[in-house]
Order: sequence, then C-alpha cells, then structure tokens
Amino acid sequence: MNRAWVTIFKRDILLALRRRSDVATTLFFFLIVASLFPLGIGPEPAVLSSIAPGVLWVAALLAGMLSLTRMFASDFSDGSLEQMLIAPQPLPMLVIAKVLAHWIVCGLPVVLLAPMIGLQYALPNDALLVLVLSLLLGTPALSLIGAIGAALTLGVRGSGLLIALLVLPLYIPVLIFGAGAVAASQHGMSPEAHLSLLAAFSLLSLVLAPFATAAALRISVE
Amino acid sequence: MYVLGDNGSGKSSLLRLLCGLMQPELGSIYWQGEQVKHVLEVFQANLLYIGHLNGLKEDLSPIENLQVNMRLAADHAEKSDVLDALEAIGVGRCANLPVRVLSQGQKRRVALARLWLTERKLWILDEPFAALDSASIDVLVARINHHLNNDGMAIITTHQDVVISAQSTQVLRLDL
Repeated sequence: MNRAWVTIFKRDILLALRRRSDVATTLFFFLIVASLFPLGIGPEPAVLSSIAPGVLWVAALLAGMLSLTRMFASDFSDGSLEQMLIAPQPLPMLVIAKVLAHWIVCGLPVVLLAPMIGLQYALPNDALLVLVLSLLLGTPALSLIGAIGAALTLGVRGSGLLIALLVLPLYIPVLIFGAGAVAASQHGMSPEAHLSLLAAFSLLSLVLAPFATAAALRISVE
Repeated sequence: MYVLGDNGSGKSSLLRLLCGLMQPELGSIYWQGEQVKHVLEVFQANLLYIGHLNGLKEDLSPIENLQVNMRLAADHAEKSDVLDALEAIGVGRCANLPVRVLSQGQKRRVALARLWLTERKLWILDEPFAALDSASIDVLVARINHHLNNDGMAIITTHQDVVISAQSTQVLRLDL
C-alpha cells in the first residue's frame, strides 16, 4: 500500500528529468546571486570570507524559494492533485514523497554547488565542509516548510510573492543556525551545536509540515 | 444516475461533494449506510472519480500516466493491460507519445481508459462525453452499460443525449 508514495516520488523525479530547464533555473539563480557579491564588494579576501556564511545561506534560501511555486502548481492545474486527495492513501506520505523529490531536484544541487561558490569567498577548507554540512542538514527544512506555503497559495494570483511573505519569516531560524555554523568554524569554534539545532529543526518539520501541508492542500482544492 | 442541469447549476460541485473533495455545509453523505467520513478508506477504495480535469501529466506518455494513476489508487496494472485499455477506447496508437501532443479528445479518452482497468463499484464521471467523437461515445456507453449490468453504480453529468440502457437509470435535475 505504501508503494504509492514511491510511485509519486519516481514520477516527480522523471518529470524533472524531462524538464531539466526548471532545475537549471534554480541552480543558475544561486550561482549568479552568489557571484554578484564579490563583484560588487571587491576582491578583499578578509571582507569576503566574513560575509560569506550569510550571503551563501541567503542565496540558497532564495534559490529554494524560487522553485516552491512549482511544487504543487502543475498537479493542481492538471487534476493530478484531485486524484491524490481522493486516493485511498495517507496524504501526508504523498506530500513527503513530493517534498523529497523537490529537495533532490532543487535543494541537493545547491548543496553540491556551494563549496565551489565558497572558494570565490576565500573560505578555508574546514569552513567549506561545514557549509556543505549545514546546507545538507538545513535545506530539507526549507523544502518542508516551503511546501506549506506552496499548498496554501495554490490557485492564488501572484502566489510567488505571497509564498515569500509567508515562508521567509519561518526560514529565519534555519538561516541563523546555518550561517552561524559556518561563522563558528571560521572563528575556530565547534559548529556542532549549530548543526545539531539545524538537524533538530529539519526533523521537527519532517514530523509536522506534511500534516500542515496536507490540510492546506485540502483547503486549497475545495 | 444522470445529473442534469444548466451551466453553473452545481453539477460538478455535487460530484466533488460526493467524492469528498469538498465538505458539505449541511447534511452528510452515506456509503452503504455509514457516513462516508467514518469509512473513508473503504469508500475511497470503491470509488473511481474522473473530474473535468483529466489528471494526466503532459510530459509523460499515456501508459506512464495510467500506471501512476492506478498505483496511486492502490491498484496495479501491467503494461499490456494498460495497452489493451487504450486500444479499447481507440487511442492505442498514441500509447508512447507524450500527452502534451495529444488532442483534447484523445487526452479525455486516455483518462477514461481507467474505466477498463479498475474494478470499482462506484464511478463518478464529470462530463465524460465532452470532447469525444460519436464512435468513442458508443464505446463508452457500452462500457458503462456493462458496468451497470454487473452490479456497478455510476453517477454521470452530461449535456449530450446519450442513452444508457440499464434497467434502473435515475435522473437528477438541478434547477436554481
């Protein structure tokens, strides 16, 4: 019976593979935004490495936001969402499948690209490692929380902007601890506390967000 | 059962209420003597709903789409069965093309091919005959008759004058 969520997960990955431009937009947005700062601020390594954690995390956050509107929009407009809602399956599980697929398609590439961008900011190796770790632990929370916003704004005009207003305030803790972890390792402190809190935040959203998203989807479709 | 009514008289809303996509403000919906919300899983396992949206992904082929939809509805269909169903409603030729290149009528037929695949007791179909040519309508009517003669139930909205020959056909006319 739980095969259904695997099916939805595979379908979403397959759709992303057939429409690679969507993935590329997110990735290039992250690349360009993160590359603009060194160009605007100047090549001073000390300045760059001190702003790096915040800038890279904000860029990752905005890149993730960009793709949120697409999470349920096509399912909503072609009727697949109706079929998901009336399927004899637990809806939160289907939501988790969709969020997981979204994270693999839009979150994971950003995580993998981050160390290369980090080099532009003259980040030392151990800080690069912490950057990747913090993104790896933090971005699932971004996708999960973002799903609630995406579900709530389904079918609303100008939903892109509305999602930003709904979701960005909820991203603040992730941003603080994510950037904090990188900054801590730059100053020779252990990033462990920050990383643990990020992981805790992701786990908490994994437990709560699918239910909230499922409820929001039911409201939006009605 | 036919549900007839003018545009905007609430046919689709009634069907959406019946399959639980909307909640009624007053009253309740029953499935075999039990309130639907208490036996939701049983009800959903007996229900096949095809709304006015086809529920097909433009970038997937009809076969892939139907297999996903079947799995989602906790059913399983082999590729050959899906192909047979597509043949039955006359879109076998398009089985491996992406859905986005199909015409409106062909997309509708792909969505309706599920009627040949599942064994659900209750069919709720929103305007199934819309965009279909007369040959496909005949095939579909035959399929619905077969379903009704095998203890099945169907709730259908329509504009066309389509005659379903099963013994117990009811008509519900919605007037504002």
